[in-house]
Amino acid sequence: MENTLKFNSKIPVSSLTHKWEDHKSTLKLVAPNNRYNIEIIVVGTGLAGGAAAASLSELGYKVKAFCYQDSPRRAHSVAAQGGINASKNYKGDNDSVYQLFYDTIKGGDYRSREANVYRLSQISSNIIDQCVAQGVPFARDYAGYLDTRSFGGTKVSRTFYAKGQTGQQLLLACYSSMSRQIGKGRIKMYNRHEMLDLVIVDGIAKGIIARNLVSGEIERHSAHAIVIASGGYGNVFFLSTNAMGSNASAIWKVHKKGGLFANPCYTQIHPTCIPVHGNYQSKLTLMSESLRNDGRIWVPKKLEDAVYIRNGTKKPEDIIENNRDYYLERRYPSFGNLVPRDVASRAAKERCDKGFGIENNDNKEGVFLDFSFSIEKYGEEKANELGIKQPNFLDKKKLGKKIMESKYGNLFHMYEKITNENPYNTPMKIYPAVHYTMGGLWVDYNLMSSIPGCYVIGEANFSDHGANRLGASALMQGLSDGYFILPYTIADYLSEHLTEKISTKHIAFQLSEINVKNRIQKLIQNNGNMSVDFFHKKLGNIMWKYVGMSRNHIGLCKAIKYIQELRDEFWKNVFVPGNIDDGLNSELEKAGRVSDFLELGELMAMDALNRKESCGSHFREEYQTKEGEAMRDDIHYKYVSVWEYKKNKPISDEIMHKEDLNFSFVKLQSRSYK
Amino acid sequence: MNFKLKIWRQKNREEKGYFETYKIDNISPNSSFLEMLDLLNNQIICNKKQDSSPISFDHDCREGICGMCSLYINGRAHGPDNLITTCQLHMRHFHDGESIYVEPWRAKPFPIIKDLIVDRSSFDRIIMSGGYISVSTFGKTIDGNMIPISKDQADKAFDAATCIGCGACVAACKNRSAMLFVSAKISQFALLPQGKIERKKRVLNMINKMDEEGFGTCTNTKACEVECPKGISTEYISFMNREYIQSFIT
Repeated sequence: MENTLKFNSKIPVSSLTHKWEDHKSTLKLVAPNNRYNIEIIVVGTGLAGGAAAASLSELGYKVKAFCYQDSPRRAHSVAAQGGINASKNYKGDNDSVYQLFYDTIKGGDYRSREANVYRLSQISSNIIDQCVAQGVPFARDYAGYLDTRSFGGTKVSRTFYAKGQTGQQLLLACYSSMSRQIGKGRIKMYNRHEMLDLVIVDGIAKGIIARNLVSGEIERHSAHAIVIASGGYGNVFFLSTNAMGSNASAIWKVHKKGGLFANPCYTQIHPTCIPVHGNYQSKLTLMSESLRNDGRIWVPKKLEDAVYIRNGTKKPEDIIENNRDYYLERRYPSFGNLVPRDVASRAAKERCDKGFGIENNDNKEGVFLDFSFSIEKYGEEKANELGIKQPNFLDKKKLGKKIMESKYGNLFHMYEKITNENPYNTPMKIYPAVHYTMGGLWVDYNLMSSIPGCYVIGEANFSDHGANRLGASALMQGLSDGYFILPYTIADYLSEHLTEKISTKHIAFQLSEINVKNRIQKLIQNNGNMSVDFFHKKLGNIMWKYVGMSRNHIGLCKAIKYIQELRDEFWKNVFVPGNIDDGLNSELEKAGRVSDFLELGELMAMDALNRKESCGSHFREEYQTKEGEAMRDDIHYKYVSVWEYKKNKPISDEIMHKEDLNFSFVKLQSRSYK
Repeated sequence: MNFKLKIWRQKNREEKGYFETYKIDNISPNSSFLEMLDLLNNQIICNKKQDSSPISFDHDCREGICGMCSLYINGRAHGPDNLITTCQLHMRHFHDGESIYVEPWRAKPFPIIKDLIVDRSSFDRIIMSGGYISVSTFGKTIDGNMIPISKDQADKAFDAATCIGCGACVAACKNRSAMLFVSAKISQFALLPQGKIERKKRVLNMINKMDEEGFGTCTNTKACEVECPKGISTEYISFMNREYIQSFIT
């Protein structure tokens, strides 16, 4: 592998606390009268893309926004439940910009950029103010002030929330702001459109090829700059908490046009999802991490009890306190149930691998998340408040349930609808599932990819979360990129590319369009025997088994081989019904996305194979302590792995570059939550 | 479980639609309605001889929050259970051997795109007409705690804000009224101090747009409230009506 530096992260040289302020003062500006002549394409309209589209058009640029859904209000940011972090110290628990920065760096297992994370932490406070001004109905305390709660990996209460629907409320605020600009004609909205290629002219990004998913038409769109905000690629695993349509196609096309791809192997496995219950299942449902504030996680201490529970002869309530193993509290006394997601996930896997799993599914995978303690505690407090003397157990339970309902009502309701069990009365069953991808397109400090004129924001880029993402920080990054960073940094680029509007008749557009059409034709005319889902599920199985919660050398080598074989099989044997000019064709949409996943999956395995250490969500079985904790190797792996695609060569020929990570503000320590 | 499905097929907006009958067997009671449709589609795809294309339906998050799934099942928006979207509906709510009718939302302002997919962009246009607070998204604003809001007020605004814009209210209403959807947004903003400044303009613009898009009026049958997956109360419609009247009083 080579290590020639082909990119410059452009991290400002001043002191960490002043980097962003100093950098801003050096960025070039675009005069308001010029902005109206500049067109910007935004692909994806979740929190990052929506915020960027709204802000850019507010500044006076012409924006074309694209989403595959029927409305920007559906973007999967809508499903984020628990909350959004900000260092405001409203609770007086000694929170600060530094604390949030430190928690995030440590949470990411020292594999993120110091400068980016510090900026994120500085901006976090503005985000809350902005959203309040937009009318986001955040939770309030009885004095009328903003309420907060705690999340995993932190010891302060800095998560702002709107019940279990924080993502929805933030996204709707974003969508409202966008709608205002669409109404004015400043944003042209392309619903039910999908980006299928990036168009590059003389080395810089000048447009996209998109498919109108309703008419089936292939369209050319040119612009002065392109912003990719298409989210993460967790659906490569088939079963994940992502929306069914979430895909990697936009970022993958950018990668294949020369955009470097960073840390592809970092996939966050979220510890609190509803366990898999059948092979017909299409996706997994997340239960917010905030539940861990009021839930205790356990499995039976005795193997035979686990068997009884799985076959239904015992209920969780039948296992007495002494026979329960609260394994997170046992192993990590200082953080307990609030350890970061990767730690909690692995601990659950460890128990289930040893046979203590409680769910009656194929792999016997599942642990309990028990709320009875909190229900009783809250009930007792409320009874005291109401002056009820010597409340009995049932009274306390009734009062406590009410309090739980006000905090997590919609989540409990969701759980009950899916599983047919009432979590107020019996513990929830949970198990880890694929949730968020920290890897993504490589970007510099200005959020520009390695292709000039192509910016990448939100989950689609790699920059802020390192090897693990702490809870309530995805919404923070999306909005910070979209509302507060990109609008400044993109002007710096645009100021030097004011007049370069390219006609869509340019040869580069023609060639791109031909390629896109050929690929669609190939898929439709293939006439094989298996459905797209068949291949997607197979890929998902390989990924989960070998590139999932824990990885090892042999497994990763197998994964690479199996994925290559499956990809060959796909192109030989996939069947996509319909004709090219049929218009709406969901199978064709899926086929295109799965064909991209079949390439990205291989790169993820290659990246995991290269990283011979355990860090954050990347757990290599060969590198662990005697107690089963992750063993990081800062001497050899303190870098971002940055992959370069070689034109017309197989994925296995990709070259890896290294961006060294420098830590001047924090001291690298092994991450302990004990 | 085994089912007989009568599903609405329609090639595009112009062509006439019809019900087609399908049989599907061995469905787990724990599978969701959409997973059952996935299996049916897989059956159609693998059985290429039938010269039948898979059924198109809208869906995305499959956890009841994006509002993309629709489906009118056995005469009810989002099917025979309360407070859920179609993606949260599970087959255990049906009887073995049952015939199930599946139709798209039927409303003039929601034209059919294909099969069970309808175009709900009229909702977006209503939001564009005023469903926002005209704050700049790019500037400095005051600290969030400078605007205290009582918990009751915030909770009430939140309950209105839970609308996911799925359109079940319109589909359930005999008049095809969008008042529950519109009133939820209007109430959310009118209840919050930040939204009060524009409240008169907002309610007028949104109601005018709603009429222009061809939605009907409310005659208080409350079918919308029954079918709303988020349980939004028709009280907000009364609230909106008061806002509307007050907007004429200067």
